[in-house]
Amino acid sequence: MGRFSGFGITIRQVGKVVTGNYPEEKRPKPARFHGRHVLNRYEDGMEKCIGCELCAGVCPARCIYVRGADNPADAPVSPGERYGFVYEINYLRCIHCDLCVEACPTEAITETKLFEFSFTNRSDAIYTKSELLVDDAGRARRQPWELWLGGEDDEASAWMRATAPSGQAAFEGRVGWSGELGFGVRAPEQGQTAPSPLAPEVDPADGSGDHGHGDHGHGSGGH
Amino acid sequence: MIPLLGADPLFRNGIDGTVVLIVIVKTIIVFTVLLVAVMFYVWFMRKVIADMQNRIGPQRAGPFGVLQTLADGIKLFFKEQSSPECADPPVFRLAPYLAIIPAFMAFAIVPIGGLVPVAGRETYLQLADPGIGVLWLLMMSGIGLYGVMLAGWASGSKYPLLGSVRASAQLLSYEAALGLAVVGVLVHSGSLSTRTIVDQQAWTGLGSIVSQWYWLPAIGAFVIFCISAIAETNHPPFDLVEAEQELVGGFHTEYTGIRFAIFFLAEFMNVITMSAIAVTLFLGGPAGPALGFLAADSWVNVWVMPVFWFTVKLLVLLYATVWIRATLPRLRYDQLMALGWKYLIELAFLWAMVSGVVVVGAREGWNRWVTVPAAVAGAGVVLAVLWACLPRRGEPVEEIR
Repeated sequence: MGRFSGFGITIRQVGKVVTGNYPEEKRPKPARFHGRHVLNRYEDGMEKCIGCELCAGVCPARCIYVRGADNPADAPVSPGERYGFVYEINYLRCIHCDLCVEACPTEAITETKLFEFSFTNRSDAIYTKSELLVDDAGRARRQPWELWLGGEDDEASAWMRATAPSGQAAFEGRVGWSGELGFGVRAPEQGQTAPSPLAPEVDPADGSGDHGHGDHGHGSGGH
Repeated sequence: MIPLLGADPLFRNGIDGTVVLIVIVKTIIVFTVLLVAVMFYVWFMRKVIADMQNRIGPQRAGPFGVLQTLADGIKLFFKEQSSPECADPPVFRLAPYLAIIPAFMAFAIVPIGGLVPVAGRETYLQLADPGIGVLWLLMMSGIGLYGVMLAGWASGSKYPLLGSVRASAQLLSYEAALGLAVVGVLVHSGSLSTRTIVDQQAWTGLGSIVSQWYWLPAIGAFVIFCISAIAETNHPPFDLVEAEQELVGGFHTEYTGIRFAIFFLAEFMNVITMSAIAVTLFLGGPAGPALGFLAADSWVNVWVMPVFWFTVKLLVLLYATVWIRATLPRLRYDQLMALGWKYLIELAFLWAMVSGVVVVGAREGWNRWVTVPAAVAGAGVVLAVLWACLPRRGEPVEEIR
């Protein structure tokens, strides 16, 4: 009955459903999902971006355009000397490789898990600084062409917290990142354990947080 | 009068205003029911296929997505209707109607229910019961072919032309097998009238499923009828006419808007009609158990139950059609032609022959232990001769000069 076995295969699928009720019900996204960027701010509302243009320099798709400017003395935008005066990302070019996130010295740019944006013209595709910067509650600003539900913007810096500042994916130990507007200092995520008071405190910066994975995994590769 | 309009008791006492009115109302009801049925079937098909492919299927328009087809239809109605520069405009515009009108008309002979009283008259729940009966179906599916053929020709474009050439060859081939499969029932019924065929399969208890219904005595014809009906309606796995991967859309490639929708309406309507005819010929039509706790002449038993059983049987066949659609890949064209000409037509012909011997033998009182083996043996001899005449694989076929 080889010729008719296909009928058994199809009838056995009845009642099984794999696809979901998108977009009302969405599946949980991977912990380190690369979505669109946000520009973060410190807890006091200051912008983290210092206009160093390292993100623009490292970007393989050359989709980031940054111009820095000196902070005005009477109303500084960022805690440092300079700030990001112009910040634009062209999402028609961005490949979401996250190299900009890794390059950023101040954790100013991170990637959210938001990916459902369908702009209808090219100028909408270029996100300007006012669109990328988080709002006063520390949340990503929803653009009219973006489709996402409340709560999906909670995790805006997962990848950053997984790799920076030690550069290790399986980071264990002291939280080494700064606080964010609206969230404070966030706890470690999936793949990481919260720092235990019993565990010896390791400095993530010197690479001694390696838990014996042989030759691999040394944080700062000194070749 | 009787042979033309059939044995409907509505016409027994002449034709007056009431009779005409009843016929008009029946026509409108059948028209509406068929349109709604197509709408439902398209939704049903998409849901069942989605179920077999681990998907959900349409779910947005209306409860469970029932109104999806309606929404698609409304959308297509407001779309622009373009026609190619090389098209033959009058034929191009005519073709969709040549497809849809026979599809409507073929359903007229299907008995949906039994004898019902309306306004002091009695009539069958069936639009028409012509003496030619089942031949009407073959006529209409033959005329429906012109819609497909002329659509492809009038489009003035190569893919529609290829699609319609395929369609004419395919539909002609399988019409032969379809007609011969119908003969498998007609030798038992002795009548072409669908009402007579249904009456012969009346419900007399659970045993009538095997003793009365024609699917068992004509089991071979039933299988051949189902296969050729699917091929005749261009349903997968016989949808070479509109093979998307090869022909874009086949004969309807150049059609847009409501004309495009009409072709699909006709196609799905033909599926419903063919299934309904299969129910009529082989599965007893509206025959089924009445509700015993109600009086035999209560409106539930007279009106509702026959229609209910008809619908149940129809749904079973439609589910099978969709199941086949979800399972089998499309045939290659030479496989299609080989199946039709080398197997189905011969087998249907031999089945009709054997059934004829059995039926005549039963009527004449011959010993059935002699006639049936003799008929089968005769059929086997014919089959062996045909088999010997078939060109073997790889053997060059002699050129016809």
